[in-house]
Amino acid sequence: MNWSLFWDLTVSGVTLGSVYALVALGYSMVYGILKLLNFAHGDVYMIGAFMGWFALHWLGGPVNPSVTAGLVVVFMFVFAMLACGGLGVVIERFAYRPLRNAPRIAPLISALGVSFFLQNSALLLFGANFRDYDTFDLIGAKTYNYKDIFLSVPQILTIVSAIGLMVGLTLLVARTKIGKAMRATSFDREAASMMGIDVDRVIASTFFIGSALAGAAGVMFGLVFGQIYHFMGFLAGLKGFTAAVIGGIGSIPGAMLGGLLVGLAESYATGYLPQGSTFQNLYVFALLIAIIIIRPQGLLGKADVNKV
Amino acid sequence: MADDVTQPRIGVDEWVASVEGKRERYRGPVGWLRRGWDSSPPAARLLVFVVPAVIFPFVTSEGNLFRYGLITLLYALLGLGLNVTVGFAGLLDLGYIAFFGFGAYTYGYVASAHANHHWPAELAIPLAIAVAAAVGFIVGFPSRRLVGDYLAIVTLFFGQAFVVFVNNANRINFWPFNHTDLTGGANGLDNIDPLNVFGWKVNTTKEFYLFTLGAFLLVMIVLYFVSESRTGRAWKALREDPLAAEVMSMPVNRLKLMAFVFGAGIAGFAGAIYGSVQTGAFPGDYDIGLLITIYAIVILGGAGSLAGVIVGALIVNGVPELLRDSNQAEWLFYTALVILVLAKVRPWQKLVVVVGGTLGLGFALHAIADAWFPRWTAGQPNDGKLAHWVSHWMVLPSHATQLANWAYVLTIALILVLTLLHGWWRTIVFIPTIYVAAFAWENLLVENTAGATRFLLLGALLVVLMNVRPQGLFGTARVEIV
Repeated sequence: MNWSLFWDLTVSGVTLGSVYALVALGYSMVYGILKLLNFAHGDVYMIGAFMGWFALHWLGGPVNPSVTAGLVVVFMFVFAMLACGGLGVVIERFAYRPLRNAPRIAPLISALGVSFFLQNSALLLFGANFRDYDTFDLIGAKTYNYKDIFLSVPQILTIVSAIGLMVGLTLLVARTKIGKAMRATSFDREAASMMGIDVDRVIASTFFIGSALAGAAGVMFGLVFGQIYHFMGFLAGLKGFTAAVIGGIGSIPGAMLGGLLVGLAESYATGYLPQGSTFQNLYVFALLIAIIIIRPQGLLGKADVNKV
Repeated sequence: MADDVTQPRIGVDEWVASVEGKRERYRGPVGWLRRGWDSSPPAARLLVFVVPAVIFPFVTSEGNLFRYGLITLLYALLGLGLNVTVGFAGLLDLGYIAFFGFGAYTYGYVASAHANHHWPAELAIPLAIAVAAAVGFIVGFPSRRLVGDYLAIVTLFFGQAFVVFVNNANRINFWPFNHTDLTGGANGLDNIDPLNVFGWKVNTTKEFYLFTLGAFLLVMIVLYFVSESRTGRAWKALREDPLAAEVMSMPVNRLKLMAFVFGAGIAGFAGAIYGSVQTGAFPGDYDIGLLITIYAIVILGGAGSLAGVIVGALIVNGVPELLRDSNQAEWLFYTALVILVLAKVRPWQKLVVVVGGTLGLGFALHAIADAWFPRWTAGQPNDGKLAHWVSHWMVLPSHATQLANWAYVLTIALILVLTLLHGWWRTIVFIPTIYVAAFAWENLLVENTAGATRFLLLGALLVVLMNVRPQGLFGTARVEIV
């Protein structure tokens, strides 16, 4: 067995998995609270990547930034997260809130429309060409290693900040007042509103947090893989979905686990399965189908009992 | 929530909703038309479509017949299939276009020089339908027990997987394919045979049009009877409430799978015709853009309505095609704008405010731009009288493309906002919306109605429709029973 290849694949799988996990969290939170698949989420992630790129270039670009590289990266994250969070709130207000009592298929179609709208707006406004984060000039090509495990700085940054964000989110949901309100709302929206919880505000903040995480994921993707473009949200959105479903949709630890699994599966498929680099997406799709057949509620999800 | 219209109307069902709506609907000349439509038998309604459709190829040019006739018919045929899955059974099938692709590739594989088969169409088309339906069965099978949301994910991913597959299926080097070139890869299959139905070679646009029209009518009539049958009624029951349907001892999973496979089969049929019309099957044709187009057709026409599919296809395909001629487009745009304002803005006080405000805003901005920023009015107006008049009112910057792109996105955002506002706020926001829309129009759209702008519009159309009129043009209004 070639261990160095194995570790390379593992590291890139974990990196990719952190990005997917952050995207999956947004899906899962929104699904938990509204029972709505937010198709536009992948495109919010794409907008996040672009916002990070714009932030980078407002600060003088990757070659000679006007402040130190660390500050630039922090600013990129903060800007992308705030912009995406705001976008998420706006999307919820205009595309989903009016449809809360509509037949179930209506918000799904509306979500599809939003996704397409964002994608093509980005194509029209930002152009069809790839944008380059150019991390080499910004951060350098330095890598750290422990025996065979090599990690580049953007990879460390991605993994560490993803863990940080997830810990933060878990604490927020478990310990704070708004987190408690979110749990209550997702458990039973009507009862929560009768208990004096401002459901609209809780849903809006869920969208803000979920979209902000997607924005951070977009910036991470840009830092690690360099190139971003207007259509990147579609595939990432699909993988995020897959991750959320595999982990158990609606469950926050499930989304993290699912993201990691999808990232690793994709990475190992690239290395070990026949023609993996071409058909990696088909292999992930096969994984999704397998999970749906074997355990439809996902790995950490609870089986849904239909109440009447 | 701001207004109580969006609140659930407890205990109000479809029938009550329709009676409430009737008072509104049956007034004036439109109401007269509607009454006639509602009281005529289905065969007569079909004639309203068939007669012009049959006359059309004999009065128009080859190019127009292709752009307005054949493509619209193919879209409508696709819409019919999607209407079964989404409209009748209420399943969100986002991999629909892949079945269309399976139809085209199957036909291409057995009727081209690629694998050196030249099957006649009476064998190849049923094969294409069978393959698409079989694939539909395989995809639908694992998701049949699951809630509608899972089906949406699985099918969306499946559609993407299809594109990846056909792009690379020319160089698979493992079992069971072992270097068979199935799809021609990124170059696609080319030189697909024309349809050869029992010796009738369908070759010219006119012949293709007539063949597609026949196919369309066949599917339409079959679907009409299916929708009135026991199965069709069961699908609708399933759409309204799967749980209640199950309690009524309907085989929910089997019905779902059946609707899914039915839709996939129709898509395969359309795909076989399309492959032959294009004389090729290329991976790029079967992507998400077409999916959104077909969804827009079905939703605009009204999910579940057969007549709606035709109207939706005519609008979604016809309007962008009409807009390609810039002078024609100019007139069309401003006429539509004036009609919209006259129809939507009431009472007359508000109308005066809107018209006066829009004209005033335009001339004021133009005057300001002329006086201080001459660059902003340096652009050349388009050809035609109307464009010349408009250039006195509208600022036309010399290098406007990027600005117009933003204005376009802003227009659509403003329209979305408009759908949520009421009263005087709506009137006030209406004024800048018209101006920004006209600005985007003058500087961007007259030149460019294809590609991104078109899809952007379709995306926004879906959102607006879902918010304003979820039943589409021809669908029946439904109110959720709580």
